[in-house]
Amino acid sequence: MTRSSIGDVHPQHMVFDEPILLQCGETLLSYQLTFETYGSLNEKKTNAVLVCHALNASHHVAGTYNGDEKTRGWWDNLVGPGRPLDTNHFFVIGVNNLGGCHGSTGPSSVNPATTEPWGSTFPMVTVEDWVETQARLATKLGIEIFAAVIGGSLGGMQALQWTIDQPTRIKNAVIVASAPKLSAQNIAFNEVARQAITLDPEFYGGDFYQQKSLPRSGLKIARMIGHITYLSDDAMDVKFGRSLREDVLRFNFDTEFQIESYLRYQGDKFAETFDANTYLRITKALDYFDPAAKHSDKLPATLSHAQANYLVISFTSDWRFSPKRSREIVDALVANKLNVSYGEIDSPHGHDAFLMDEPVYHDLIGAYFDRVWKECKDE
Amino acid sequence: MSRNNTIRRQDYQIITEMIKDGSTVLDLGCGDGSLLLHLKQTKNVSGYGVEKDDRNVLASLSNGINVVQSDLEHGLEGFGAGTFDYVVLSLTLQAVHQTEAIIDEMLRVGRQVIVTFPNFGFWRHRLQIFLGQAPVSKELPYQWYDTPNIHVLTINDFENFCVSHNARILDRVVLSERGRPIDAIPNLMGALAIYRFDKG
Repeated sequence: MTRSSIGDVHPQHMVFDEPILLQCGETLLSYQLTFETYGSLNEKKTNAVLVCHALNASHHVAGTYNGDEKTRGWWDNLVGPGRPLDTNHFFVIGVNNLGGCHGSTGPSSVNPATTEPWGSTFPMVTVEDWVETQARLATKLGIEIFAAVIGGSLGGMQALQWTIDQPTRIKNAVIVASAPKLSAQNIAFNEVARQAITLDPEFYGGDFYQQKSLPRSGLKIARMIGHITYLSDDAMDVKFGRSLREDVLRFNFDTEFQIESYLRYQGDKFAETFDANTYLRITKALDYFDPAAKHSDKLPATLSHAQANYLVISFTSDWRFSPKRSREIVDALVANKLNVSYGEIDSPHGHDAFLMDEPVYHDLIGAYFDRVWKECKDE
Repeated sequence: MSRNNTIRRQDYQIITEMIKDGSTVLDLGCGDGSLLLHLKQTKNVSGYGVEKDDRNVLASLSNGINVVQSDLEHGLEGFGAGTFDYVVLSLTLQAVHQTEAIIDEMLRVGRQVIVTFPNFGFWRHRLQIFLGQAPVSKELPYQWYDTPNIHVLTINDFENFCVSHNARILDRVVLSERGRPIDAIPNLMGALAIYRFDKG
């Protein structure tokens, strides 16, 4: 079977008029979710797979817009015809999470009550809220049960939360490079990123839209620090080392080392395309995620009503979400006698390995989805 | 780690006979998951394999087995005490570095432990040593320079170990070279030993 991209895709929108009470205590009277689908839903509606996105991605998981290579989806190497998550078999859904900035209602959307952008008044959203809104979208699409929910990093947290909050609506969870909660070090990195944004004079307390300004430098620094933590020391050394942009040192503060140039470029690009208020809220959602908190910090008790089968994957050089954190999930699942397999992939690419086309990693996901597909067919 | 297929089948047969219907099993060094698959099909067993090798992890996953990728030498940290009815270590005891630590760990996470190993005291091995060569046989199919087997142990050695480590032997099956259970002078006539034991 040939492995290829799904080709051109189109985003869709769904408006929800049923109010949602968010975990923070505030209520949104209505909201919109932007999503994409790939492949087709079978007659029994048993082959749907939800892909949850991480910090800076979106509903645009696979394919391109208008044949433009630059618009290729963030997990295109995994999702497509003949790919590990095969769109010839599965009906795959990507959703931009509530609070996002790629079409779903978020801080940059207009608040119907004020006809101004929400800005600083947009409520905090959590992983639980996302699971609830994703479940509502599934219901509207006629999907009662997901064959699988898959995600990496923050996306993996959503997959885990799905099995806790919606145990009867998910058959399989694929949790990649994730953790059952953030460590102090992880929260610390997020806080530095948030401070960079909120201290930017262009941020205006979150209401920069009305000022026609943009906290570019804050977002840029936030992205730079994030990016460093997604790579491993070794990977950075191999890719950049100490190489210079020009042959001689200039003894000034311009970009001299290649790594500086790379980080600045990534930061600038990000600052133009991502909403600062969304970034703040998503990093908070990461920090707040701690499903075991309601169960005396006992993860096995947290998962005692879960019914799904699991595939958990980590990468050896990922220090932001280390293999040890994935093993905490695995051990809690084993303690509940739930079906789980765990792959600890030997990779030099750090946290970002989950986005890469590494054969051992993709083979595992492919083999797992072959099993899921057999379950779908046997129903 | 490749193991001789005939030996493997004989060893699986005895392990399967030792395991009760519907029990939970942790299979250490589970390879492609074939023992667990067999136990699932014949004894309605549920369980997990532990495996280090990428290809074996993939093969186990494809076989529909729960597999946890981990190096046995790092112990069984993470698995709770008494989680499993049985912990199995098939044809691997002679190849692990931290033998004592692993047996302790097996006794911690499992109510009972099943280990199988080639008997170094088998007469054919003794004869080869007597003739001046490191033994190579169906059970020990490696040359001295490429063997993964770093401990040479006999049936007597293992039973002494159990006594000194307060392990209570519940069951012992010794197989001849042809895979038949034998009772007489096992340390000399036995090619493969299978033990079931607990903490005593």
